[in-house]
Amino acid sequence: MNLADTARSALRSLRANKLRSGLTTLGIIIGVAAVITMLAVGEGAKRTVQAQLKSLGSNTMIVFPGTITASGVRLGTGTRNTLTEGDARAISEEVPGVLAAGPGMRGTAQVVHGNLNWSTVVFGVTPEWLIAREWRVARGRGLDDNDLRTGAKVALVGQTVADMLFGGTDPTGQVIRVKNVPFEIVGLLAAKGQSFAGNDQDDIVLLPISTARSRVLGGGPGRSRTVGHISVKMADGVDMTEAEARVRQLLRQRHRLQPDQDDDFNIRNLSEVVEAEQAASGALSGLLAAVAGVSLLVGGIGIMNIMLVSVTERTREIGIRLAVGARSRDILTQFLTEAVILSLIGALAGVALGLGSAAALGHFAGWEIVLQPHAFVLAVASASIVGIFFGWWPARRAARLSPIDALRYE
Amino acid sequence: MTAETLIEVGDLRREYRLGEVTVPALQGVSLSIRRGEFVAVMGPSGSGKSTFMNLLGCLDRPSGGRYLLAGEDVGRCDADRLAAVRNRSIGFVFQSFNLLPRVTALENVELPLIYARVPAAERHRRARERLARVGLAERAGHLPRQLSGGQQQRVAIARALINDPPLILADEPTGALDSHTSLELMALFQELNAAGITIVLVTHEHDVAAFARRVIHFRDGRIVEDHPVQRPARAAEMLAGSSAPAPPSLIT
Repeated sequence: MNLADTARSALRSLRANKLRSGLTTLGIIIGVAAVITMLAVGEGAKRTVQAQLKSLGSNTMIVFPGTITASGVRLGTGTRNTLTEGDARAISEEVPGVLAAGPGMRGTAQVVHGNLNWSTVVFGVTPEWLIAREWRVARGRGLDDNDLRTGAKVALVGQTVADMLFGGTDPTGQVIRVKNVPFEIVGLLAAKGQSFAGNDQDDIVLLPISTARSRVLGGGPGRSRTVGHISVKMADGVDMTEAEARVRQLLRQRHRLQPDQDDDFNIRNLSEVVEAEQAASGALSGLLAAVAGVSLLVGGIGIMNIMLVSVTERTREIGIRLAVGARSRDILTQFLTEAVILSLIGALAGVALGLGSAAALGHFAGWEIVLQPHAFVLAVASASIVGIFFGWWPARRAARLSPIDALRYE
Repeated sequence: MTAETLIEVGDLRREYRLGEVTVPALQGVSLSIRRGEFVAVMGPSGSGKSTFMNLLGCLDRPSGGRYLLAGEDVGRCDADRLAAVRNRSIGFVFQSFNLLPRVTALENVELPLIYARVPAAERHRRARERLARVGLAERAGHLPRQLSGGQQQRVAIARALINDPPLILADEPTGALDSHTSLELMALFQELNAAGITIVLVTHEHDVAAFARRVIHFRDGRIVEDHPVQRPARAAEMLAGSSAPAPPSLIT
C-alpha cells in the first residue's frame, strides 16, 4: 500500500467518525495552542526582563565606600567616606577594559518650579557616570567637563520630574530650585521605567557633582573629594569577575591597605544580578513550556484511547484486509497513519488557535508576546511524535491480530 | 503428484488450546484436489470443515501435517508470505460477504490490488472489468448497504476474482441469501468453474452441494466420505426453466 493510498484511506476512516475524530484532536489542538502561547509569553517575558536589565546597565559594577565598625556595631554601606574622585579616575585609567568610571553622590531634595514642588532623588554626577549608567538625553544636552570645572548650576531631569513640575511641556531652559538654589535645566533624560525593585528610575534630578557637593548635598571643603559611589562600566566581552578583582586590587593599593586588613569598600557586580534575572526568566519560560507539554501529553493519551477503541471496533475490517492479502505491517502503517494524521490536523488547528490566543493575550492583557518560528516547528514536530508514540501501541495491537480471529470477531 | 494437482494435503491436523484442555478440531486429513475441480465440503457444525477451510485459505496454520498449494509448502511459510499467497492465489467468498461498509463496490473489489501495489489506474480498470463480469457494472459507485444481499455477494466474488487466482474458497456463500438468489449465485460459480477456476465450497445444504462435481463429508475432524457427483445439477438451466427472469449474461 503506497503512502497516498494509506493517507486517503486514513482520512476516510477519520471522516466516518467526524465527531469522535474532532473531539480527539481537541486534546492535541489545546496542547499545541498551549505550547505556542506559552512559548510566546515566555519569550516576551524574557525580552521584557532583558530590556529592564539593559536600562539598569549591563557590564556594570558599583563601588560603595566601606562600613564603619565601632565597638562591634557595624553601620550600613557607605557610612565611611573612603572613595574619592581620584579613585574613579584611577579606575578608568588603570583598569583595562573600563569603558567609563564615574563618581556619584546621592541625596533627596524638594525640587520647586513656580508653584509646584516635588520630592525627588538628586544625584551629583559626572559625564562618565552618565555613560556608566546608560542614561541618555532625550532633549537638550548632557553634562560636560566645563560644567564640573566651573560648578555650573545646570540640571538634567528625569521624565517623572518633568511631568510633575512641567506637566509634559518642554522643561529645557526652565529653572528649578533645588534646596533654594536655582538650576537651569539643560537636558531631559530618556525614560527608563521601573527598576527591578519597583522604583521609578525616572524620578530623578542629575547635577554636576561639584555643584551638588558644594550647594545641595552638603559636605564642606574638608570632604570635597569624597564621593558616594563609583559606577564602572566595562567594555562588552570583559570578564566581570576578573575586572572586579582588578578594581579591588587597585583600590586596596590606593587606600594603602595591609594584606591582613579588610576592604574599606564594597563592590557590587550587576552582572550577577543580570545572570540571576536571566536564569529566573529562563526558568519561567521552561515552566510554562513544561505545563504546555503536559497538555500535549494528555492530548496524546486521548489519541491512544480513541485508537484503541477504533481498533476494537474495526477488528472485522482488519480481518477482511488480512484475508485479501494485507501484511501485518500494512495494518500497522494504516493505524499509525490515522493517529499521525489526527495529530497533524490537531497541530495545524492548534497553531491557529495558539496564534489567536497569543495575539489576544498581547492585546487584552498587555503582555509582551514574541512569536518565534522555531516554536511552530517545535509544536508541530512534537505533535507528530505524540501521534507516532501514542498511535504505536494500538496500531501494533491491530497488526498482531490473526486473520481468523479478526474475521470471526462479532 | 501430477502437474494438475492444486491442493495436496497430508495428515493435516489442527488443535485448539482452551485453557488446559486441547481440543482436536482436525485429526489427520489427507486429500488432493486437482485444478478445475468443483468441491463441496459438507458436515455438521463442529465436524472440522470450517477449520479445514481456514487452513486451506492460509488464514490459519496447521498444528501438524503438510499442505502444498500449487506445489508450495504453505504450512511452513512466514506470515508475510502467507499474506502474499492469500493475495494472489486464493479468492475468498464468505457467508456474511465481508465487504468494507464505508467504501464503494469498486473500491471493495480493488482492495486486494492495493496490497499488491498495483497503480490506481490499473486497479480501476481491472475492478470495473470484474464487476462487469459478475453483472454489476452499473453498481460500481454504490456502497454495500445500497446493494441487495445477492449483489453484495457478487461484489465479494468480483473481489475474489481480481487477481485471477487459481482457487476460490467459498464459506457458506448462499447462507444469507434466498433460494432464487442462491441459484443465481451457483450459476455464477459453475460458470467460473467452467472457465477453469478451482472452487472449494463449504455448505450444509444438499441442494447447494448438488451443483458441485465432488462432495467431501467431514465428521469429528475426519473425512468420512469423498465421492464424485455423477450428474451435477445445472443452475443456469434451472434458472431458465423457472418463471423468474433470467440472470444477466455472466461471462463475457
